[in-house]
Amino acid sequence: MDISVRKLRKEFDRFPALHGVSLDIASGELVALLGPSGSGKTTLLRLIAGLEFPTSGSIFFGTDDASMKSVQERHVGFVFQHYALFRHMSVLDNIAFGLRVRRRQDRPTEAAIRRRAGELLDLVQLPNLGSRFPHQLSGGQRQRVALARALAIEPQVLLLDEPFGALDAKVRKELRRWLRELHERTGHTTVFVTHDQEEAMEMSDRVVVMSQGRIEQVGTPDEIYDQPASPFVHSFIGDSNQISVTIDKGEVFLDKRSLGPLAEGIPDGPAKMYLRPHDLEPTDEPAGAIPGEIAAVRRHAGSRMIEIAVGERRERIEVAIPATKGWIPEGTQTFRPRRWQIFPTG
Amino acid sequence: MLPETPIRPALARSAAATATTQRPDARERVLPRSWRSPTTERPLVRWLLIAAALAFLGLVLVLPLVLVFVEALKGGIGVYAAAISDPDALAAIRLTLTVSAITVPANLVFGLCAAWAIAKFQFFGKSFLITLIDLPFSVSPVVAGLVFVLLFGSQGFFGPFLSANGIDIVFAVPGIVLATIFVTFPFVARELIPLMQEQGSGDEEAAISLGASGFKTFWLVTLPNVRWALLYGVLLCNARAMGEFGAVSVVSGHIRGFTDTMPLHVEILYNEYSFSAAFAVASILALLALLTLSIKSVLEWRHGESLKTRRGH
Amino acid sequence: MASLALLRLRQQSVIPGFGPALGFTLLYLSLIVLIPLGALVLAAAGLGFSEFVALATDPRTLAALKLSFLASLAAACVNAVFGLLVAWVLVRYEFFGRRIVEAIIDLPFALPTAVAGIALTALYAPNGWVGQLLAPLQWKVAYTPLGVIVALTFVGLPFVVRTVEPVLRDLDRDVEEASATLGAGRLSTLRRVILPALLPALLTGFTLALARAVGEYGSVIFIAGNIPYVSEIAPLLIVIRLEEYDYAAATALAAEMLAISFLMLFAINLIQASSRRRFGHAA
Repeated sequence: MDISVRKLRKEFDRFPALHGVSLDIASGELVALLGPSGSGKTTLLRLIAGLEFPTSGSIFFGTDDASMKSVQERHVGFVFQHYALFRHMSVLDNIAFGLRVRRRQDRPTEAAIRRRAGELLDLVQLPNLGSRFPHQLSGGQRQRVALARALAIEPQVLLLDEPFGALDAKVRKELRRWLRELHERTGHTTVFVTHDQEEAMEMSDRVVVMSQGRIEQVGTPDEIYDQPASPFVHSFIGDSNQISVTIDKGEVFLDKRSLGPLAEGIPDGPAKMYLRPHDLEPTDEPAGAIPGEIAAVRRHAGSRMIEIAVGERRERIEVAIPATKGWIPEGTQTFRPRRWQIFPTG
Repeated sequence: MLPETPIRPALARSAAATATTQRPDARERVLPRSWRSPTTERPLVRWLLIAAALAFLGLVLVLPLVLVFVEALKGGIGVYAAAISDPDALAAIRLTLTVSAITVPANLVFGLCAAWAIAKFQFFGKSFLITLIDLPFSVSPVVAGLVFVLLFGSQGFFGPFLSANGIDIVFAVPGIVLATIFVTFPFVARELIPLMQEQGSGDEEAAISLGASGFKTFWLVTLPNVRWALLYGVLLCNARAMGEFGAVSVVSGHIRGFTDTMPLHVEILYNEYSFSAAFAVASILALLALLTLSIKSVLEWRHGESLKTRRGH
Repeated sequence: MASLALLRLRQQSVIPGFGPALGFTLLYLSLIVLIPLGALVLAAAGLGFSEFVALATDPRTLAALKLSFLASLAAACVNAVFGLLVAWVLVRYEFFGRRIVEAIIDLPFALPTAVAGIALTALYAPNGWVGQLLAPLQWKVAYTPLGVIVALTFVGLPFVVRTVEPVLRDLDRDVEEASATLGAGRLSTLRRVILPALLPALLTGFTLALARAVGEYGSVIFIAGNIPYVSEIAPLLIVIRLEEYDYAAATALAAEMLAISFLMLFAINLIQASSRRRFGHAA
C-alpha cells in the first residue's frame, strides 16, 4: 500500500518538531528516514503510525484518509527501538497478542492463532524459542520477535524505529541483510528510522534525509550520495570537505585563483565548494587545480588520507588516494577536483 | 580544463521540493482535537479516577488527621494548654524523647556497621543476614514486647536473677528502650544496605590506594555518599520510636509519670474519657508526624537521586 | 575464633573493618532480635506439645486469630484496589496538589498508631463525622469487625502504593504503544499488558500490608470494641492474657503469630523469586 504524507506539521507544546512535511512512499518500497537526533524523523514515523496526532496536515494510506484514524484502526506493524516486548508473556504469546485482542467475530481459533505464531517464528528463524520469555533472549533475537509480533496482524505497512540501534555491530550487520531479504520476500511497504547513514544507504530503496523538522532530500542512495541537494546533506552523508570560494559570472575563484567556469547558474558572491575526499586527485597540471600545503598523511583502511591546508584561510581538507600508490607527498601539491558541488553562502 | 563528470550544481532543497509537493490535492488542514494518545485515558475517565483516589485518601487519611486537631482545640486553648502542661504529660514527653534519644543512635550505629559489612564485603550467608535484619518488621509489636517480658519479667528466664539484684527492666525504662529498639531495628540499615551495595566499593578502594586510613575513608568517602539516605533512615526510625505503642504498652506497666510514653499517655487519657486532653497530646504527635513527612518529602524532592535504590517499606 | 572462621569465608579485600563491623552486627542482632525471639520459641516449646495444642486451639484464641487474619485479608484487598488506584493516579496524571498527596501517603508510617486509633474511632463512632452519615443506613463501623477493617486499611495503605508506584513509573510507555499498534483497545491493554506487569508488585504490597495488619495493635484496639469472640484481635488477646498473668496462653498465641509472620515473609520471598524468574527482575 502506498503512503502519502501531506503538509504534516507537529508541534509539541508550541515547539515545532515537523514543519509541514510532504512525502510519497510507493507500495512495496523500503524507505529510510535518516537524520541526526532532533531532526523529526521519529516524530514523522509515529505520526504515520497514529501514535501521535498531527497539528495539521494529512496522511493517506492508498486512497484512504487515515489522518483521523486511531492507531488501532490504522493496522500498521510497528517495531519499537527497544522492542517493547511484553515481559510477562512468552515469545509465542507475544506474537499471538495482536490476534488474541481482536474482536470475537474477527478472531481466529486458538489453534489457528498458535499455528500462525509458529509460522512467524519460523519466518524470523527462531523456531524453538516459543516458550522462552523475552529476558531470556539476546538482543538480536528480541528484535526478531518484535518483528514477528508486528507481522502477525498482517499489516500492509511496516514501520521500524531505529530497528538496530540497540544491537552490537556484528549482529546489526547480519540483521540488516536479513531484514532486506525478508522485505524482498514479503513485499511490505516499509519505513524505518535510523541515524546511521551506512544502514540507510545499504538497506533502502530510497532515503529521506531530514534535518530540523524538514525534509532535506528524498532520493535513491546514489542520488543522495552523488547529488546531495543541500550543504547539510553533503556534510551529513559520507566524508565531506568544504572550501570557501567566490563566484563571478559562473567562474569559481579560490582567493584570486580561478578554478574554471564550474558554477553555471549560481549567483555571484561568496559560496562554498563541497568535495568528497576521493573526488580530488593529485595532478602536476596547475591550471584549474587546487594548491594545498600537506599538513598530515595518515593511513586509513585501503586509502591514504592526506590532510592539506588550502588558500589564504588555510582551510583543512582531506584527500583520499589509493594506498597502493605508495606515493607520499610533501610540501605543496596541487589537486584536481573530479566531482564537486557549489552552494552559495550568505 | 573541465573535469570529466561535472554535476549540475544543485540549489538547496530543490530535489525535495520537486519530489514531494506537486500533489494536486495537497491542502493544508487543521485537525480537530478529538484524537487522544493511545497511552492515556479520556479526560472524563481521568478525572473520575483522580476523584475516586482523592475521596478514598480523604476518608482514610486526611479526615482522621484533621479530626485530631479539631478535637484537640474543641475545649479551647486553655484546655489544650492545661492538657499539654500537665506534669504527667510533661513526664511522658520527657520519656518519649529519652527513649528515642537512646534508640536512634543505637540503631544508627548498628545500621552503619551492618551496611558496611554487607555492602563492602562478600561473605557466606549474606542474603540470609539481610532477611534476619528485616525480621522485626514482620513481628507483631505485641509479640516484640512479650519476648522481653518472657526474658526479663518476674516469671521470665532472667527474672529471678534480676529481682535478686534489684534490677528492673520490664515495667521500667530499660524495657521500654529495648522494645523500641526491637521494633525500629531495621530502619537505618535497610535504607543504607541497598544504596551502599549499589555504590560498590570503588570509591573506598581508591581512597585506600591513595593512603587514607580505614577510618578516614569511612568518614570522608563513605559517609558523604550516603548522608541523605542515612538522614532518611534516622527520620523514619525516630518517627516510629516516638510513636511506638503496642510493644511499649506490653513492657511499660503504665505507671503514670514514670513509664508512660506519649502514645501510652494518649491511651490513658482516652480511656479516662478526657477526650480533649487525649487529642491535645495526640495533636503534638500528629504535628511531629507532619514534620517528619515534610522533611521526608523535601529529602525526596531534593535528593531523590541519592535515595534512588530505596525499596518499598 | 568465630571471627577467624568468618574471615576465611569472605573474599580478600583491601577495605578494612570487616571483622569489627560484622562482629558488632551479629552481636547486636543476636541480643536485640534473635535471643528474644529464641526465648519465645523456647518458652513455647517448654509448654509441652499437648498443652501448647490445647492453648493454641482454645476457642477464644482461634476466634481472635480468625478475626485478625480475615480482617487483615479484607483490609489488604481494599488496599490492593485503592492502593493501585492511588499509585496509578499519582504516576500517570498531573493534578493540583499531587505533591501533597504524594507526601501524605506515608502518614500511616509517621503517625503513631494510638493517635490513628483514637482519631478513626472518633470519626467512625455513631456520633462521629462519618459515623453519623452511616448511622441512618444502619451501618455500624466503630466497635464492630468493620471498624477493625477500617483501622487495618489505614495502616496498610502505604505498603501497596509504595511497592506499585516505582514499578508503574518504570513501566515503559512503548509497551502500551506496542499493544495499541497491535490493535488492543485501552481496556484490553490495561488488562492484558499493564496489570500483569504490575501483578508481582501488587502481590508484594498486598502481602506486606497483610503482614503488617495481622500484627497491628495500637490503631485497632480503640475502634474494635474488643468483644471476645466478636471483635477481639489476636494481639489484644496476648495483652489480655499477660494482664491475667497467663504467660502460657500468651506465649502459645505469640508463637502462633510468629509462625504466621514467618509464613508471610516466606510468601513475599516466593513472589519476588518467581517475578525474578519470569521477568528477570524482582518486584
